[in-house]
Amino acid sequence: MCLAVPGKILSIEGSDPLLRSGKVDFSGIVKQINLAYVPDAKVGDYVLVHVGFAINTIDESEALQVFEYLRQMGELAELEENDVK
Amino acid sequence: MKFIDEYRDGEAAQRYARMIHRLTTREWTIMEVCGGQTHSIVKFGIDELLPKQITLVHGPGCPVCVTPLELIEKAIEIASRPGVIFCSFGDMLRVPGNSKDLLSVKAEGGDVRIVYSPLDALRLAQENTERQVVFFAVGFETTAPANAMAVFQAFQQKVRNFSILVSHVLVPPAMEAILSSPSNRVQGFLAAGHVCTVMGYKEYEPIAKKYQVPIVVTGFEPLDILQGVYMCIRQLENRQAEVENQYRRAVQRKGNSTAQNLIQEVFRIVHRKWRGVGQIDHSGLGLHEKFADFDAERRFGVADQSFEESPECMSGLVLQGVKKPFECSAFGSRCTPEHPLGATMVSSEGACAAYYRYRRIRPTEVIIPQQRVDAHEA
Repeated sequence: MCLAVPGKILSIEGSDPLLRSGKVDFSGIVKQINLAYVPDAKVGDYVLVHVGFAINTIDESEALQVFEYLRQMGELAELEENDVK
Repeated sequence: MKFIDEYRDGEAAQRYARMIHRLTTREWTIMEVCGGQTHSIVKFGIDELLPKQITLVHGPGCPVCVTPLELIEKAIEIASRPGVIFCSFGDMLRVPGNSKDLLSVKAEGGDVRIVYSPLDALRLAQENTERQVVFFAVGFETTAPANAMAVFQAFQQKVRNFSILVSHVLVPPAMEAILSSPSNRVQGFLAAGHVCTVMGYKEYEPIAKKYQVPIVVTGFEPLDILQGVYMCIRQLENRQAEVENQYRRAVQRKGNSTAQNLIQEVFRIVHRKWRGVGQIDHSGLGLHEKFADFDAERRFGVADQSFEESPECMSGLVLQGVKKPFECSAFGSRCTPEHPLGATMVSSEGACAAYYRYRRIRPTEVIIPQQRVDAHEA
C-alpha cells in the first residue's frame, strides 16, 4: 500500500527512540503516530504518515516546486515560441 | 487539506496538460508503477487530459493484488484455527482465495479483525496473551518499516503470541521483470513516490541505464502526476534515460536511512511469487533467522498447496500493463467489487477497481429539476 497522508505534529511523547510517538493532526482528525523513523521531526512539522508511522517529514521548501517548475517551463515555452516567430 | 489540495488545482493542471501537448511529437508508452497513482489518474481523468499519443499503462504496484493465491489460502487456514486473532488491512479481507475469502472466515465465526497499523495487532497480542495474534504483513517497501518495527518491538518486549504472515514485495525487480519481457512496450516509468520516500532512488539508476528508460519518481496528486508525465516525456523526446525526482517534497535520493536500517535488520531478500505474474527472483522480503519465531508460516506449519485461478480473470495481464480492465470479458458483469474474480477488483489500489469506480458510468449531462431547486431554497 503506497498511500501516505500528510499531517501536522501537535505533540511528541516518549524518550525511547523506537517508541517515540506523537499526536498528529490530519485536518481535524488527531491520531497517535509512531515517530521513530523521523528522529529530527519537531512539533509543528508536517510528516507523511503510512499505517501509523511517519515515514518522512515534508520538506516545505520543496512544496512549491511543482508550481515553480510550471512557471519556469511556461516561460521557457513562451521564449521558444517567440524565437520561432 | 494542506499538502493535498494545492496539488489538485484545476488551472495548473490545464497548464501542465497544454505543455505536455506542445512537447509531444510522437507516440510514447509510460507505466505508472503504484496502484495509488493509477487510482488518481483514473479518478481525476488525467489520462484524458493527455495527448492521444501518450499511453499510460498501469503497473503491478498493488501489493494486495500481487499476493499469491497460496498465501491467501494460508491466511484463511490460520484465521480459521481456534484461538487465533487474525489481523489484516481492510482490502485483504475480500481478496478471493480458492473458494472463499477472509471475510467469509469472519462470517463463519473466525476472529478476523481489520487494523490500521501492525502496531494495533501487536497491542492486541499484548492485551490477549492467551490467544495467538497473527498479522497479515502485506506491502511494498513503503510498509516494510512499519512491519519491521512491529516484529522488532515484539522481539524486544518478548511478545510470544504475536507473529506475521509475510507477503512483502519489492518494486525494482518487478520493473526489471517487465522491462526484460519480450512483449514489453513500456518506454518510461513513473516510479512509486512513497516507496522511494523509504528506499530513496539510487537503485533505479542502474535500471535506467541498463534498459535506457527514463524513470521519474512521482507523487500521487494530479499535479504531481502531470509534472511526472511532463518530465518523463521531456526525457523521451530528448532521448534521455535518467532517474529524476518529481516528488521532492517527500523524497530524497538516499531515502530514509533509519527505516532502511531496521528493514535490513528484520528482513532479508527472498524470491517471491506474484499473483498473475509468476515468480520473480529476489523480489520479496522474508524474516531474518533471528526473527524466525515471528514467522506465522513456520509457527502454524501451514503446508504449501497449489491452486488454479479463475480462468476468466486476467489480473496478471492488467498488472503487467498488457491489458486494460475494460478489455476483460468479465469486467463489470461477472466481476465486480461485490463478487470479484481477482484481486485487482478488490484492492483500493487495484486497476480494475479504479476503472469500475470511476469509469463505468459516464453522465453526459446533469440536469437539476427546477422544482427541487425551489424547494431547497424555500
